[in-house]
Amino acid sequence: MEPVLELDGLGVRFGKRDILKDLRIALSGRSIGLLGPNGAGKSTLIQTLVGFCKPSSGTARVLGHDIRREMAAIRALIGYMPENDSFVANMTAVSFVRMMAEISGLPHDAALERAHEALFYVGLGEARYRQLGTYSLGMKQLAKLAQAIAHGPRLVILDEPTNGLDPPARTRMIRLIQEMRDTGEMRLLICSHLLRDIEETCEEVLILKGGRIVHTSNLAEEHRSNKRFVELEAYGPHAGFAEELIAAGCLCEYSGLGRFRAELPEGFDVQAIFRLAAQRDLQLRRLNYRRDTLEEIFLKAMES
Amino acid sequence: MAVYKRTYKTYDSVLTPAWSRFLTLPRASYGRLMQSKFLVIFLMASFFFPLGCTAFIYLSHNLSFLQSLNIPAGQFLQINANFFRFFCSFQSAMAVLMTVVVGPGLVAPDLANNALALYFSRPFGRTEYVAGKMSLLMFLLSLITWVPGLILFGIQCSLAGRQWAGENLWIAGAILIGLVVWDIFLSLIALALSAWVKWRIAAGGLILGVFFAGAGFGAAFNAIVRTQYGAVVDLRQVISILFFKLFRDDATVTALTAGQAWTVLGVAGGICLWMLSRKVRAFEVIK
Repeated sequence: MEPVLELDGLGVRFGKRDILKDLRIALSGRSIGLLGPNGAGKSTLIQTLVGFCKPSSGTARVLGHDIRREMAAIRALIGYMPENDSFVANMTAVSFVRMMAEISGLPHDAALERAHEALFYVGLGEARYRQLGTYSLGMKQLAKLAQAIAHGPRLVILDEPTNGLDPPARTRMIRLIQEMRDTGEMRLLICSHLLRDIEETCEEVLILKGGRIVHTSNLAEEHRSNKRFVELEAYGPHAGFAEELIAAGCLCEYSGLGRFRAELPEGFDVQAIFRLAAQRDLQLRRLNYRRDTLEEIFLKAMES
Repeated sequence: MAVYKRTYKTYDSVLTPAWSRFLTLPRASYGRLMQSKFLVIFLMASFFFPLGCTAFIYLSHNLSFLQSLNIPAGQFLQINANFFRFFCSFQSAMAVLMTVVVGPGLVAPDLANNALALYFSRPFGRTEYVAGKMSLLMFLLSLITWVPGLILFGIQCSLAGRQWAGENLWIAGAILIGLVVWDIFLSLIALALSAWVKWRIAAGGLILGVFFAGAGFGAAFNAIVRTQYGAVVDLRQVISILFFKLFRDDATVTALTAGQAWTVLGVAGGICLWMLSRKVRAFEVIK
């Protein structure tokens, strides 16, 4: 699959402060999530990719185009939904989306038709002749999404798409993003600090902290691999139990206070764990099946 | 009613040339602008003086009609460079008022609503944005300045004959150069102030202030320092001086030379461009 995003030693500096430091990675998923705490550099990375910030070192390629030399080509291929309120208040939604599509290069008639289509697609069909200034926050978010997709981009960049939305509006937005992902017509780059949003919509995750990449994870592959994770809580003489589980074919780590986390290989019988525990007279007080959630991945990345 | 299928598809068809996309901005703004009754009335009022001038030119060439009204033809002004200079001065003042009405709504709403990020994330640069916004104001200003000026000149030529036209063709050049430069300058000032002051009413007041407060400050400076150079901050006087020079009126003593007046306009225009370059950005870095 063609890489969506290739970061090649990318660094961004504002004044004397390094915001992004030597980012190196290639991502090619249908939907890529950018995660990180506030101030990690997520928005700066996005703004660099759309050409608002100049890289101070290295470079990046978006859909194969270099951000230093081919920004016009990149901008022709992307749709951008910014984090903050961005619109022209005294315009109707359809005029606004049409104008944005025309600026992207669509002829007048095609822009008008696609503006209607995009507004229907995001669920604003009935409100498309209303002034944007009269929209609620959720509707403004949807209008921003409509302008980002009206010109048919190959990559849509969404910066905090569920920002400020109430739960039903958030659910609608997430469902819309999932639909967009599943059409296969476009790639998505989603920036958020809400783990659930990313977990529900993204196949690949890039976690930033302090301007550096601290973790990458292919969520789709992890889902597909059907890994079997168990959490054990033991009471008694547990020294060497982890080694015994490893010898039995599990990937196991001791996480303190008698707790173990084990990844079971294909066809592994859980009864074997009970037998090993019984041999050393170890009480197993808890055994849960569970895989790493994004929250755990994220917290581990933050601790690292 | 059209029925739109709820689906997404990419756009693979023909695109417009990149150079023409800046015209989207005036096209989108023009309709909204014309919804203002005040602007439409003001635009119509701006044509009264050119219409009066047209009538004046017609009458001055129809002596029999004047005689039938018992008006001696000698009382009429001559249609010459002074006549057109006065026309330019009057319409340039109307252009200032038009700028005050239209100018504040150009960039300020986009800045107030963070819309610039949406423009600049497309294959559309800051130059195209400024050109697009400027072209709307330039169109309206041209409608009330050099376009009627050249039409008046054409009417005068058709009535006065080829010889007059041949001898006075330079007047057309003076009208065109003087008023186009003034329109560009006004557009730049309007855009720059609209970019720095997000509140429309304040931006309009500031545009007026640049001209009236500048004139007052210039006059005070002249009175205190006993010099003529206070004129450099009086932009109305600067353009008047340019009109005197362009219309070859060497008899009138002016505070600045033509070169100095051009320099003042050039420097002020440069400051406006600098102000625009500071504000017309996709996002601001707060230091």
